[in-house]
Amino acid sequence: MNIRRNTNIAEAIDDGTLISARGLTKVYDTGEVKVHALRGVDLDIKNGELIVLLGPSGSGKSTLLNILGGLDRPTEGEVIFRGETLTDFSDARMTKYRRHHVGFIFQFYNLVPSLTARENVALVTEIADDPIAPDEALDMVGLADRMHHFPAELSGGEQQRVAVARAIAKRPEILFCDEPTGALDSKTGVHVLEALEDVNRRLGATTLIITHNVGIADMADRVFRFKDGRIDSIEIVGRRRKPSEISW
Amino acid sequence: MSFISAIDRKLIRDLIHLKGQALAVSIIVACGVAIMVMALGTLSSLQQSQETYYDRYRFADVFATVKRAPDSLARRVREIEGVRVAETRISRYATLKIEGFNDPANALLVSVPDFGEQILNRTLMHTGRWPDAKRPDEIVASKSFVDAHGFELGDQLTAIINGRARLLTIVGIGDSPEYIYTLGPGNLLPDDKRFGVFWMRRKALEAAFDLNGAFNDISLVLGRNAKPNSVIDELDRILAPYGGLGAYLKEDQLSNAFIESEMNQLKNMAKIIPPVFLLVSAMLLNALLIRLIATERQQIGLLKAFGYTSPEIAWHYVKLALAITLLGIVMGFGFGAMLARLMTNLYGDTFRFPVMIFTFSKSSFAFSAGAAIIAAVAGALNASLSAARLQPAEAMIPAPPESYRRGPIQKFSARLPFDEPTRMIMRHLVRWPGRGATTLLGVAAAQALLIGTLFMFDSLDVMLDTFFERTDPYEAMVNFVEPIGSNAIEELKDLPGVISVEASRTVAAKIRHGPRFERAGIIGLPGNAVYKQILNENDEVFPVPEEGLTLSSQLAKMLDVGIGDQLTLEILEGRRPTIISPVTAMVNEYISSPAYMNINRLNQHLFEGEVVSGAFIKLDPSQSDQFSKAVLDRPVIASVTLQSAAIKSFEDTLEDTISIMMSIYAVIGGAIAAGVVYNAARISLTERGRELASLRVLGFTRHEVSYILIGELVILVLLALPLGCLFGAALAYVFGQAMSSELFRIPIVIEPATYGVCALIVLVAAIGSAVLVSRRIGQLDMIAVLKTRE
Repeated sequence: MNIRRNTNIAEAIDDGTLISARGLTKVYDTGEVKVHALRGVDLDIKNGELIVLLGPSGSGKSTLLNILGGLDRPTEGEVIFRGETLTDFSDARMTKYRRHHVGFIFQFYNLVPSLTARENVALVTEIADDPIAPDEALDMVGLADRMHHFPAELSGGEQQRVAVARAIAKRPEILFCDEPTGALDSKTGVHVLEALEDVNRRLGATTLIITHNVGIADMADRVFRFKDGRIDSIEIVGRRRKPSEISW
Repeated sequence: MSFISAIDRKLIRDLIHLKGQALAVSIIVACGVAIMVMALGTLSSLQQSQETYYDRYRFADVFATVKRAPDSLARRVREIEGVRVAETRISRYATLKIEGFNDPANALLVSVPDFGEQILNRTLMHTGRWPDAKRPDEIVASKSFVDAHGFELGDQLTAIINGRARLLTIVGIGDSPEYIYTLGPGNLLPDDKRFGVFWMRRKALEAAFDLNGAFNDISLVLGRNAKPNSVIDELDRILAPYGGLGAYLKEDQLSNAFIESEMNQLKNMAKIIPPVFLLVSAMLLNALLIRLIATERQQIGLLKAFGYTSPEIAWHYVKLALAITLLGIVMGFGFGAMLARLMTNLYGDTFRFPVMIFTFSKSSFAFSAGAAIIAAVAGALNASLSAARLQPAEAMIPAPPESYRRGPIQKFSARLPFDEPTRMIMRHLVRWPGRGATTLLGVAAAQALLIGTLFMFDSLDVMLDTFFERTDPYEAMVNFVEPIGSNAIEELKDLPGVISVEASRTVAAKIRHGPRFERAGIIGLPGNAVYKQILNENDEVFPVPEEGLTLSSQLAKMLDVGIGDQLTLEILEGRRPTIISPVTAMVNEYISSPAYMNINRLNQHLFEGEVVSGAFIKLDPSQSDQFSKAVLDRPVIASVTLQSAAIKSFEDTLEDTISIMMSIYAVIGGAIAAGVVYNAARISLTERGRELASLRVLGFTRHEVSYILIGELVILVLLALPLGCLFGAALAYVFGQAMSSELFRIPIVIEPATYGVCALIVLVAAIGSAVLVSRRIGQLDMIAVLKTRE
């Protein structure tokens, strides 16, 4: 069984797989009740893919993202990132993984309020190995003229674009976005999605977007639908649509 | 049906949630309360013990010594208006020879009536019996002396009484309210091995000192309406022809003065230290509540929407502060009671009360609790009122994000070459100056308190150093039974081990300046004295001026005189001349408040020729035993004091006390620093938890994130240290002034090492609590951050 799985993974690397998961389960044990957040998830994500995870609240998509992003550990199963078993990493190595390979974008931006847009990006580029210059990263998300503003002086959409710039400036191999447009109106949401799409295309960063907004699925290469802690279906989208063509 | 209302349940849960911070504040309150309870508790124990002892053993109100007065004079004294009881006695020094103990020792011989007991200053008999009136060599010895030598009833020792060796037998062991603090001649501290009080029958002492039908000491008890000063004047007038050395009130009685001075120090301690703690606790409560109310905005809105009134909301948060304070009060009571017991026991070693009554002053509990509660309400009021002012609708909207905006400071800081985490620290400091100031002041207060208390050990060092190394660098001091011709000095020079001898002549005098007067000893010294020296204001040695009187600055202050002022000196010995003399110099003295005069000039004033009353001696240390033995055989010597013994007794006595007191102060000072930093760190962590967790998600290590949290505190603590040194120096000054008395003056000296040690204690406490909090960074919930909005 193990041998077969490893062979599969070896094959997967050959065919450009960046990250794989096998048999992921996650049980939250609160003492009185056991909540099964994930019930055996297998997946392979290729370099440069843009994946949208769809599913109702509590279906396990955030839990999956947390585990793939190195924020949480599965109860069972393993995650392989470029041939290394992420699930065996120590806390310190997990931090390194997040630091050098992963970009995060949160629903509520999570910018540091005491730092300007440019400084928020610099916060990450200072600890990265081969970063994009903060100014350039902000330029990519169309905020070059706002880079000396503090978060409190920016709109929600602008703040989220700073978050995108912050996430991509380290040139991550993989970008995790948890409801990136959840707190935005549709017009601003589109701006943010355009920024994400642009980054995915230009930098080739593998991108995972969690959403329960079905419309966003149209911009993905593949759509994973979640239900009760499992992947219910995987849909391959023929032609990715531009965010501006999406409506919700 | 529940006994606790829902809102009080919330209060209890809030408290449990805040337990670390609440406890830190409670501990600071506890320290303040404990010190007040300790100081006032010890004070009331001392007071009670003293009062009971004085009362039961009839400590006198007025004391006077004469050269020799007929017994019949007592009747005239009793006729003075206001005098209720007068009792005469004989009281003289003797030197002792104790088998197996080579150092010279001294005893004060005090007479008891031939039949029965004293009326005043009665002896408390621990064991044994009174001396038999027919056996002149029986004594009752003071307990501390007996204990120090391990004597038992029936043991014998030799005393040189008025030049004759006598074998005395201990038949009783006693104590007296006059010698609660037993100081031998020339001693700075009680030295039980080298000084004792012996009570003997009057007849025995009359014979020994050739005082048949006469007395040399008298004690009075005054009536309720007596005017003490006029009694003293009248008594001095009556005793003057008989060589009266000046009567004095019990306030000036040596043992009593030391106890009073100690009690005064306790009072000052209770006044000065606890407010510092309560101030810090009030500041911390304020910071804690402001933060709590910010996180509970929506709950407050909800409560108001449900119909809770503004006063109810304000009271809710005041109650929280009171609950924290109450815990502190209870801990402080316990801790203070423990410390009071410890202190009372420590005092029991120094002060010879027959029974150390341990009482708690009820008022100390009430007073400290009251002060703590006032501080709590003051600290909580501002924040609680702001909670009460919140409008329900407004409160239920989450607070707007921390608004950092581009201002001149931010623009400037953007240009500084910091990394972003450092920039976060700087901006946060500038953004919340009030909170930074709380931490800064709190830590500075801790540092100040440490300096303000621990500096006393530096002062003590300076006092001792000045005394033993500079002003009194002799090896031995002798006092003669009576002033004697200067050929006695030549005789001393012939004793084994003696390298050189310097004469001194001390006379008792009343020094008058206008309406003010002080009793003081005028010490006559040769102009070229080296074994007893005087220091000017700059601590430089200078010779005793040929002319005029040299005053210690303390005495000058009491008399309100400066250099050039004329003083009237009423000499109380010999021919009792009255001398008008100018003040020609001032000396810096830390111990007692003497006056000096050139010995030749003094002798001229006294019309006594070349007379000496004592001598300072330089010894060959290897022959000090031979010297001790030989000197005791000299008939004319009333007391001998070895400086080496004094140094040793200082070390023995002070070592324990110092280490205990230092640990107590270090712990309480450290507690403030730890509490302040812990609270600041916890508040920062709560407030910025989300921000810091985000950084962890972005790949910052725990240490990198801790840097942001702790870096800010490190800056504040480092800024606080110099400020604390400044405050500490001020506090030391206040303390030094408050603790100084006629008996000693505390020099305000703070060694660099003391600043260092205090800073180190603060740093260790601060770093310890910061590390404690930063460990929580590892537990920050990174997942929650992704989901929740602040």
